[in-house]
Amino acid sequence: MTTSRLDPPARVLVTKIGLDGHDRGSRIVAAFLRDAGMDVIYTPPWQSIGAVVKLATEEDVDAIGVSSLATDHLIVPNLLQALRAAGLGHIGVVVGGIVPDDERPALLQAGVSAIFGPGAARDEIVDHVAMIVAKSRQTRDADLWESAR
Amino acid sequence: MTKEAVQLSLPGFDQAYGQWRADYSEQIGADRVVKNRSGIEIKPLYTPRDWSGAAYDADLGFPGQYPFTRGVYPTMHRGRTWSQRQLVGLGVPEDYNARVHQILAAGATAISFLPCNSFFRGVDCDEVDPVLLGTCGTVANTADDMDVALKGVPLGKISTAMNDPSPFTLLAFTLAVAKRRGVPWSSISGTSNQSDYLSLFIANHMFFRLSLAGSRRVLIDHIEFCLKHTPNWNAVSVVGQHMQQAGATPAQTVGFTLSTALQYAEDCVDRGMDVDAVLRRFTFFFDISISFFEEIAKCRAARRIWARLARERLGAKNPASWRFKFHAQTSGVDLTRQQPLNNIARVAVQAMAGIMSGLQSMHTDAYDEAIATPTEETARIAVATQNILREEAHLCDVIDPLAGSYYVETLTDRMEAEILDVIAKIDAAGGMFKAAETGLVQTMIGNSALAYQERIESGEEKIVGVNCYRHEGEENSAKPTERPDLERMKAHVARFKQHKAERSQDEVRRALDDLARAAASPRDNVYESVVEAAGRGVTHGEIVSCLRKELGFGNPLVIA
Repeated sequence: MTTSRLDPPARVLVTKIGLDGHDRGSRIVAAFLRDAGMDVIYTPPWQSIGAVVKLATEEDVDAIGVSSLATDHLIVPNLLQALRAAGLGHIGVVVGGIVPDDERPALLQAGVSAIFGPGAARDEIVDHVAMIVAKSRQTRDADLWESAR
Repeated sequence: MTKEAVQLSLPGFDQAYGQWRADYSEQIGADRVVKNRSGIEIKPLYTPRDWSGAAYDADLGFPGQYPFTRGVYPTMHRGRTWSQRQLVGLGVPEDYNARVHQILAAGATAISFLPCNSFFRGVDCDEVDPVLLGTCGTVANTADDMDVALKGVPLGKISTAMNDPSPFTLLAFTLAVAKRRGVPWSSISGTSNQSDYLSLFIANHMFFRLSLAGSRRVLIDHIEFCLKHTPNWNAVSVVGQHMQQAGATPAQTVGFTLSTALQYAEDCVDRGMDVDAVLRRFTFFFDISISFFEEIAKCRAARRIWARLARERLGAKNPASWRFKFHAQTSGVDLTRQQPLNNIARVAVQAMAGIMSGLQSMHTDAYDEAIATPTEETARIAVATQNILREEAHLCDVIDPLAGSYYVETLTDRMEAEILDVIAKIDAAGGMFKAAETGLVQTMIGNSALAYQERIESGEEKIVGVNCYRHEGEENSAKPTERPDLERMKAHVARFKQHKAERSQDEVRRALDDLARAAASPRDNVYESVVEAAGRGVTHGEIVSCLRKELGFGNPLVIA
């Protein structure tokens, strides 16, 4: 792993929203991130968007990883909207799993920072998450600075 | 034949073997350790010293004979080849009906029904974001929906495999339709796939909707009901597929699955059912990975172990109870998003393993399964793969063609030992129900999934296009994803809401009261009331909600 560890450690929520329960991918990615020194908040599948936003607030996470096997990625833009509405627009969101090529642009345009398909390498995922966590902290600090002025 | 006899008949064996060993070591240099996915070390060569055939009678026997290692029927694929059971399910009931008529016109004798993911979660279509509806299965929440889905389908003459998890409302809707059409229930044939609540709970596949204890009750009631009313219906399909998909090794998968079957059989016997009546209708469902010889050894070992467990441990007397009949699906886990057409080759190898292992029924995955929900074209190629293997490759000429291979027989024995070890662990934990409740199985599966992923990350396990033979700048698939028509789906949801509003509310309330009463009284068969409610216009979501209230909500167990 090429990532230098963050201090305090990155806080990442790994979750599944929508209807599907296949959680092999989310469990493995959670273990990867944990091994890389991040604090991982892991949920079982079938979370509602409201529940994810609530947990993200309570746990003060820097990034959210959403795992999707069967079309649940279609509601990820709703999650991003809900995060922004809750003032959590600084949180980086990545998607992992099966997302058809023609449905990727919509997710990226909605603000998803990356989509990792089956076969993505561990280091690729960990490095990207570390990067968006750092960015998320900068944005949050800038926002705080802005609101303090 | 004894070991000694083998040696006597091979006078030059030791010298020649020694020579080979020396030549091999010299040429290969530092040999690497090779292990299969179940962790069994694989040697470079197998000989009569590994497997002599001395235990042929006890361990192999003949096809259709105990312990069925060589196949559950005397004729196997030489007589009747496997059933092609491709999963079908998309869109609204009208879409499903049109697709089924295409399949029937093409000569299919069996159909399947895959409901929408919302169904697996136990909710009706009006409780979900419509964009998610009908993408992975058909939306069907009432007996009326099922009537539309099965319009013109000769119920009672065609076998239907339904992905119908507890509380088995799809079968209930189908029975309601049969009643309307005057088709006797005794003629309804098929299988309740996904009836294995333990595998759904363990692998988190689909949604686990009732508490574990509640699911246990409903399954046993369902089996009892089917024995009485639908004698041609297989009430249980014990599923290894979910667990292997979630990361269990092939040996672990069989160990867990047979432990699950033992649990269900024992639960039925405790209820007072005859073990032979129950086991006769047990079927199994497995994943076939690309680990070719391992999968063949897995299935051969599974047949042998199940025959012995059914006869010796469960005391079944009827040979039909000892037969390990199974459906298999080629494993989607082995398919890659990179260079997707390569998946056609992978599926062919997996399917060959399945055929040579003597399966009864098969679903081959479409090559785009790691990218999207399969399209009609990719599904057609998956079926063609089966046709080519059956018609052109001469795979069905000989029964159990790999029997007698020193390697395959040794591996079958080794897999058997691994599987028995897993069963012993589950026994020690108090059986499969307890082992699932405490999370023991989930932990074992999670560890195996991680260990396998580490092997991929380290390059020890090679995957073409993923960690070797990569093409830079891979082109994206230009193919548009087929999604259900959103407006049609919204119209269906509107009709569903209208149906709910226009029903006799008194009738619905009475049916739900009866259901709640049956659920609260352990002596009643709760599935009888599910069937009754389905016939009175009650929806899937209403039935599940009522049972959740009475039997407890199914919270997933989180082990990460």
